[in-house]
Amino acid sequence: MTTTTQQPLITNVTGGVGDSPMRPDGAQKTRGEFAYSSDLWADDMLWGATLRSPHPYARVKGLDITEALKLPGVHAVLTHEDVPDNIYGLEHPDQPVLAVDIVRYQGEPVAIVAADHPETARRAADRIVVDYEVLTPVTDAEAAMRPDAPVLHPAHEGGNIVRHAPIRFGEENPVADVVVTGEYTVGMQDQAFLGPESGLAVPAEDGGVDLYIATQWLHADQRQLTKALAMPEDKVRLHLAGVGGAFGAREDLSMQVHACLLALHTRKPVKIVYGREESFFGHVHRHPALMRYEHGATRDGDLVYVKAEIILDGGAYASTTAAVTGNAATLGAGPYRVPNVRIDGYGVYTNNPPCGAMRGFGAVQACFAYESQMDKLAAALDMDPVDLRIRNAAERGTVMPTGQVIDSPAPVAELLELVRAKPLPAIPTGPRDLRELPGGVSNTTHGEGVVRGVGYGVGIKNVGFSEGFDDYSTARVRLEVIAGEPVVSVHTAAAEVGQGLVTLKAQIARTELGVQRVQIQPSNTFVGSAGSSSASRQSYVTGGAVRAACEEVRAGVLELAAARGFAATGLAGGKVVSATNEVLADLVDVLGDEVVERTVEWRHRPTAPLDPVTGQGFAHVQYAFAAHRAVVDVDVELGLVRVVELACAQDVGRAMNPDAVLGQIQGGSAQGLGLAVMEEIQVVDGVVRNPSFTDYLIPTVLDMPPMTIDVLERADPHAPYGLRGVGEPPTLSSTPAIAAAIRAATGLALSRVPVRPEHIVGA
Amino acid sequence: MRVNVEVNGEQRTADDVWPGESLLYVLRERLGLPGAKNACEQGECGSCTVYLDGTPVCACLVAAGQVEGRSVRTVEGLGSAEELDPVQDAFVRTGAVQCGFCTPGLVVAAHDLVHRKPDASDAEIREALAGNLCRCTGYEKILDAVRMAAVAVKEQRS
Repeated sequence: MTTTTQQPLITNVTGGVGDSPMRPDGAQKTRGEFAYSSDLWADDMLWGATLRSPHPYARVKGLDITEALKLPGVHAVLTHEDVPDNIYGLEHPDQPVLAVDIVRYQGEPVAIVAADHPETARRAADRIVVDYEVLTPVTDAEAAMRPDAPVLHPAHEGGNIVRHAPIRFGEENPVADVVVTGEYTVGMQDQAFLGPESGLAVPAEDGGVDLYIATQWLHADQRQLTKALAMPEDKVRLHLAGVGGAFGAREDLSMQVHACLLALHTRKPVKIVYGREESFFGHVHRHPALMRYEHGATRDGDLVYVKAEIILDGGAYASTTAAVTGNAATLGAGPYRVPNVRIDGYGVYTNNPPCGAMRGFGAVQACFAYESQMDKLAAALDMDPVDLRIRNAAERGTVMPTGQVIDSPAPVAELLELVRAKPLPAIPTGPRDLRELPGGVSNTTHGEGVVRGVGYGVGIKNVGFSEGFDDYSTARVRLEVIAGEPVVSVHTAAAEVGQGLVTLKAQIARTELGVQRVQIQPSNTFVGSAGSSSASRQSYVTGGAVRAACEEVRAGVLELAAARGFAATGLAGGKVVSATNEVLADLVDVLGDEVVERTVEWRHRPTAPLDPVTGQGFAHVQYAFAAHRAVVDVDVELGLVRVVELACAQDVGRAMNPDAVLGQIQGGSAQGLGLAVMEEIQVVDGVVRNPSFTDYLIPTVLDMPPMTIDVLERADPHAPYGLRGVGEPPTLSSTPAIAAAIRAATGLALSRVPVRPEHIVGA
Repeated sequence: MRVNVEVNGEQRTADDVWPGESLLYVLRERLGLPGAKNACEQGECGSCTVYLDGTPVCACLVAAGQVEGRSVRTVEGLGSAEELDPVQDAFVRTGAVQCGFCTPGLVVAAHDLVHRKPDASDAEIREALAGNLCRCTGYEKILDAVRMAAVAVKEQRS
């Protein structure tokens, strides 16, 4: 036997793929030293403020800024006349930067001010005189679809219908033994990120502008900014500032153009920070939905058909309504094998607040409806609701209503089995801690009138951008020796919004290049687009780009090694190694003064548009699944609900960072809980009635119960590392599970979320 | 107006303060301490929690003039330059930080709790932190962090 003497040992790097290293920004965030977009400051900086329409629909007959300009400290007051190209939009340019002759929702920006103190700017905005002719707003989405409804966007073909997404699959008129129907509604949910819309625009000497901004997609902002400002790309440079949560609400522009306009006009840095009330008007919300469903099944419980009409209120401007509608329609039958499907999804213009992206993106609304239907069907069949779901559960090979075959693991039945098998929390006996009862320390009950219920839900979400979108990310990876040590630098434009992408990019670089020290460069537009931090896509797409760039860097290093006489095939633990993992040389020695840098644009496999008549097509690159079981206590006399426990099971393909996966499941489940029992923007005649955290309630630590979580890792062969997007699925299924549990406790039909006390006691 | 206030052990002065400004604004915009966060500025979210004379308050609800001659301790004043406070360290280690916007306020609120009541039960932790909203984490890992920090504080004391 031959032995290799003096072979240095490979010290494997830690904190690679599959580990849970600590966030690189964690210490700064706990010290209060992490610079969020609202923390920025520049010498001689001005503050911007926005005048917004108080009316949901009105003609603007006159605008007088004279008095505002007279206020000492005011440096600029700008209107639509000052915007080079006044129409913008994330997907469809239909929205003015500043209103011209009409306002279509309450809160629409009309004018902007820059002043030396935020209060001065606000007072100046109050001095602007706007002559409105108030019009009757269109506030009912279904009525807005009728031919006689006032047309809100005359330039748009199809009246007020932003998109009709039909799905036609199987037979047109199938016959079933058992039929259940239902009409379901979902209220308008707010993303309620904690860091308000904010940023700092700094005019540059070259006539351009640098914008430091909290966003989900720097390059989409840049594209819209260059158009609105009529400036070339190299003059509008974006830098990601610290992002205080996103959840879809930072996909559309808010104050970006406004701050740049004011900065370019005054030649001074301008900071805009929304307060909480303004934030409720500053971003789009989750579409409220009206959904009519009909499910048919055999006597044995096999689904025969699903028919549905899904109407999504897109509000005043299109935003992402078309894509949301596509999701609701294509995923509208749920994670089930259904031979015949007829779904019509509609996204509609109204004068309600604009709606667009929020975690779950159309799949949330549909999930509440189809899961409510599955419970109703189970009752009609006298079957256990979980057994019915498992009997019809989608699996690898299932044909979706779009004709697309699920071509990777789809362990829907297993996820349901996992949450069902969890031991149920004990029903307490004896005196109860008030904090564990519905109503809490309000002392509304000591247990009398409290009934426990258990419910289930499972959902399906697409990962990544769908329907033929050219979905890609760009990564620049550089390897060099710094202070005698190999160091990797990773540069992307991807937005870290809290999810932990900064951690993940470093993990991938460590694993791929066998180097411990990784520096994550700030995200900006000095590297190509990373696409959006949404659709559960960044681990997949930017993760894929970072891996691909690392592979090219590795190939470059191996070429260097070959030139130095080493037949190396890989990198590990800071060494170059042979095919048998024998250490050939130190990476530091192979690199010397060389810098190996590669930039890669990486795409997932293409998807295809839906057929506009049949809705058939390979629309989604990946499906993701999660299931929940909810246990609730309901005070049936007062209509108060306390969620006692949530169990969740989710397939993540590969847990790239297991701790971060849990964090996504816990946080996503909490947002689903909010939609189930708490969160709704109350809109009356187009006017928001509760734009504050006093009146719009998100779950506190007392509302959110303990969770048990099962994470499955069934690799998707098409995805980097086999991973599956994680962020959104848990937001889908927690809502219907909680609603089902409340139904179980109360015996009520409950066809609407959020479930409010009056739905329970007034029913 | 001029406001004199002790912040994190140092005597500080802010000039040209408009009487309508809050302590939060003075800390963030006049004294260079943006650690306390501006999530709601309505006293609902707790992200601007600081100690005022040793008592946790929402800095957004304290008028600047009210702090004249008093003592404020912010999240920046908890750990040292070299070392995180055990509460800060626990938040990082347990993964209780995602976007982190709620973190400074939660760190101060948790710091108060674990020093006041290191043996707090889960129900007591939940009640103590019920004024601090977090939108990312679902709170599970924040509870882990507080439990870990409480252990560290007890060890420090013993």
